Amino acid sequence: MTATPVRKVAANSTVRHFLSRVAFAVIMTIVGVLFALPMVWLVLAPFDATPSLSLSWPDWTLDNFARLAENPYALRSIGNSLLLGIGTMIIVVVLGALAAYAMSRIRIPGRDGILYALLLLSSIVTGTAAMVPTFQIITQLGLINSYVGVLLVLAGGILPTVIFILKDFMDSIPKSYEESARLYGAGPFRILRDVVAPIARPGLAFISIWTIVQVWGNFLVPFILLRSPDMQPAAVLMYTFYTESGQADLRLISAFALLFSAPVLIIYFVVNRRYGFRFHGGIKS
Amino acid sequence: MTTSTTTPAGSAIAPRRRRADDVAGLGKVRAGIFVAPALILIGIFLLFPAVWTIWLGMTDYRLTGLQAASPEFVGLDNYVEALTDPSFWNSLWLTLVFVLFSGIIGQTLIGFGLAWSVRNIHGWTKGLIEGLVLAAWVIPASVASFLWLVLLDRRSGTINGLLGTEGAAWLIDHPMESIIIFNIWVGTAFSMQLFSSALSAVPPSQIESAKMVGASGWQQLRDVIVPNIKGHILTNTLLITLWTFNTFTPYLVTAGGPNGKTEILSVYIYETAIPGGQLGLGAAISLIMLLINLVIALAYVRVSKGRNKR
Amino acid sequence: MIHHSKRRALAAFAVATAGALVFAGCSGEAPEAPEDGPVTLTITANAITGGKNAAEADWIADWVVPEFEAAMKEDGKDVTVEFEPQGVDDENYKTKIALDLQSGEGADIIGMDGIWVGEFAEAGYIKPLAEVGGDSVDAWEGWEQIPEAVQGALSFDDERYGVPQGADGRVLYYNKDLFEQAGLPADWQPESWDDVLDAARDLKKLDGVTPIQLNAGTAMGEATTMQGLLPLLAGTGEQVYEDGKWVGDTDGLNDVLDLYKTIYVDEGLGDAVLQQEAAGRDTSFQLFASNQIGILLEGDYFWRSVINPEEGVGTAPMANRDDVVGYTKIPAMKSGSGVDDQDFVSMSGGTGRVLNPNSDHAELAWELLAFMNSADAYEARNAGTLAITPRTDVNDEMLADDPMLTYVSEEVLPITAYRPPLAAYPQVSTALQQATLDVVSGTSVADAAGAYADAAKDIVGDDAVSGG
Repeated sequence: MTATPVRKVAANSTVRHFLSRVAFAVIMTIVGVLFALPMVWLVLAPFDATPSLSLSWPDWTLDNFARLAENPYALRSIGNSLLLGIGTMIIVVVLGALAAYAMSRIRIPGRDGILYALLLLSSIVTGTAAMVPTFQIITQLGLINSYVGVLLVLAGGILPTVIFILKDFMDSIPKSYEESARLYGAGPFRILRDVVAPIARPGLAFISIWTIVQVWGNFLVPFILLRSPDMQPAAVLMYTFYTESGQADLRLISAFALLFSAPVLIIYFVVNRRYGFRFHGGIKS
Repeated sequence: MTTSTTTPAGSAIAPRRRRADDVAGLGKVRAGIFVAPALILIGIFLLFPAVWTIWLGMTDYRLTGLQAASPEFVGLDNYVEALTDPSFWNSLWLTLVFVLFSGIIGQTLIGFGLAWSVRNIHGWTKGLIEGLVLAAWVIPASVASFLWLVLLDRRSGTINGLLGTEGAAWLIDHPMESIIIFNIWVGTAFSMQLFSSALSAVPPSQIESAKMVGASGWQQLRDVIVPNIKGHILTNTLLITLWTFNTFTPYLVTAGGPNGKTEILSVYIYETAIPGGQLGLGAAISLIMLLINLVIALAYVRVSKGRNKR
Repeated sequence: MIHHSKRRALAAFAVATAGALVFAGCSGEAPEAPEDGPVTLTITANAITGGKNAAEADWIADWVVPEFEAAMKEDGKDVTVEFEPQGVDDENYKTKIALDLQSGEGADIIGMDGIWVGEFAEAGYIKPLAEVGGDSVDAWEGWEQIPEAVQGALSFDDERYGVPQGADGRVLYYNKDLFEQAGLPADWQPESWDDVLDAARDLKKLDGVTPIQLNAGTAMGEATTMQGLLPLLAGTGEQVYEDGKWVGDTDGLNDVLDLYKTIYVDEGLGDAVLQQEAAGRDTSFQLFASNQIGILLEGDYFWRSVINPEEGVGTAPMANRDDVVGYTKIPAMKSGSGVDDQDFVSMSGGTGRVLNPNSDHAELAWELLAFMNSADAYEARNAGTLAITPRTDVNDEMLADDPMLTYVSEEVLPITAYRPPLAAYPQVSTALQQATLDVVSGTSVADAAGAYADAAKDIVGDDAVSGG
């Protein structure tokens, strides 16, 4: 007597389970397509003889890349972007991790207030309004047309956010690890290097990528602080592929867009694979 | 400014009285040494230009013309001018709508939804979905804007081709919706990453016990997951709000148009300061924007203080 | 290393305390004493090899630099010329050179748009040429070859601040194929706005063709003013800045806005949506090249650059450009109603090069600038892509190959007008663009003109605006 309803419930739940699986798959496919759709042009247009602002099956050619290779600045600018991106990344990760660790472990009065204030100020300074002061400071320091100036300005603007995120992250690392390390006589630097940094590795990796992405797209800072086009990063070079009357030269822009996007995509996927990209470590005290 | 760096490290031994949470034996002085390089860098290259900008906001400074040669101190005139300009209020309203829909609702909710959905699947599908979302985030803004112009073009855009809505001018007829969706596309990856790690940190035992007592998916979410990741939700929402407030990327898609319908504050400041040349006024509006951000940050801090009373 | 960073920190502190002073305009560094021996001169321009204005960049790098160095060597001088190409959006380039000049830095010779001369001079960033370059400036042979009006493009307050490097003019382009289909003459010569409207009405009968696209709205920026509102305003006999006053809610402006209303709102002769698209101008070029626009008001670069069929030159190349594309002068509203009672009108811009007053070798820099504007230099410059030069001797010789550029040089330049090189101009221009946008999107002409006049008064003050 009781057998039938049970079987019915079981069958029902199987059907429901199946349907929800299908619905889930459909939704995921739609989301995937929505995210992928804009990127199709990035992959196709560079290989089209006459790229336009519409998606069409290309008239296959490598001419656009050949023309780009003739440009004396284009390929070099990708290298410059890597230099600026990785340089800034090293500065902010090292300084940011030190600062965040100290702020996480020592109660400094008004610590949170300072952090919030800096975070807010960083939004002014990355905007257009602070351009004149920034330029003047770098000129006075004699750092115009040098990567040092660009790296310092970029790092100064990015550090508050890095410290903010990393501190949040360090806070969630169990203190018991450090306590045991101290029992074995490790000093603070060693603890940071051998205990905290490895646990924090996914977070540090995340911050590294985040920094590179920020620097990679930054136009204004390198543009105003560097004179020589040999030194300009890709974000600046991208804006030279326009004509006298301000039209985009899509043959060059489409090819350059792909070259411009590829390194940072590759860096992301390599880091992700290697460090198991996670924002927070997944360990809770 | 440089004293803290030059203090000999040996003096760190002297005050041994440490707070209970100083588990690493850092000591205040060594903590100072850890913090100092970052603070010096921030001080020179962030704080100083920021203070200078605030001063600029009280002048009629321009980059060229007579006011460049001899800018005059105008006190709060710029603030009065901005606050009495209807286009400032229009811009502020657009910004709030933009932040609410693209940042708080769009990026945060969709980011969470994606993190929640892919947490239990493995293999290539998970990699693919996450990879696509992250690629959108990693692609430089100047490139992304081209991709969206192609997508939404009126004559031969991809969307019009797929939907058969030939001639629909999305960027003209639905400009705010367009940049909101654009910004969701660009930024969701951050929330997705943050939440998927937050979710992986929720103790499985708690979820198991919730399941044992017959809690539905929704109840699990409400009673187990959300309380566990509340901190992450706040951090994420705060950062997303600030970033969305300040993002300039939509300008690359709509140039603030048509007719100012997407002139969010960052665009408004740019238009005032660079093409308009009024750097002083632009600086003043930047400070107003900062104060609005401050209010939002304080609200978040209040909520988070209420969460874990220290 | 440590010393270094300490010095930097100290310097930073010094900057911090001196910040207000520096900001007040004191240039931080005293000019270096002129050195004996080798001299380096720098040229910067918004041009870059392989990118924006590539022809100019190539010419500077491959001709000016080696030739001038060689010429100096013959005189026994050891001079090295360096070129710093830029090639970005004009607004960004302007910002960069302004920052440079403001801090007492920058190249010895700086390329700039003539429209910036006034604001840069008012800011004290640049000085009259003769003041910087010495006596040899006024004695230069080139001035006789450059018409007064063209010199005016790089002048301010009746003083020469730079040497113009080119001249341009605006005309009406039309598609002869479409004209034929609509039963219109191939050698079209409109003499009033009504003639243009009549042609557009005939073109409207054709399927899939926008009869006339007249730049409007804020999305196109300065293109709306330069290739739209200003030539029309000149056709009503008014100018944007005249006798110390900016145009306000005047009859002329109302007539111009009425024309916009007729084209976009009343008769649908133009595509109003296109004018609001962020990439609308590029699209209008593409549409013209694909025979979908009948009449377009553009500058001569549209001919020599945008639709140029030569390999790799145009972004909207038209293989049959010479056969299909016609061009004619822009008529005044009615015969004789234009500025100076002209029947036809045009607007010109012009870029040029100025001397940096902070230059350590200003007289030598002038020599280089004069060299860059010699007849030989323009001949070398034009060897690649032909453009109108400021020098009549060169134009007479070189433009003969290109009937279109000859037409502009001979027919259009004599009747053209220039924008006022004043700091307020960009803002007034934006307000004018807004007025056209208002009309195109349905506001009445009276309201749009009134709103513009209010905006203009906000910018330059009540007294400096003419009209009601």
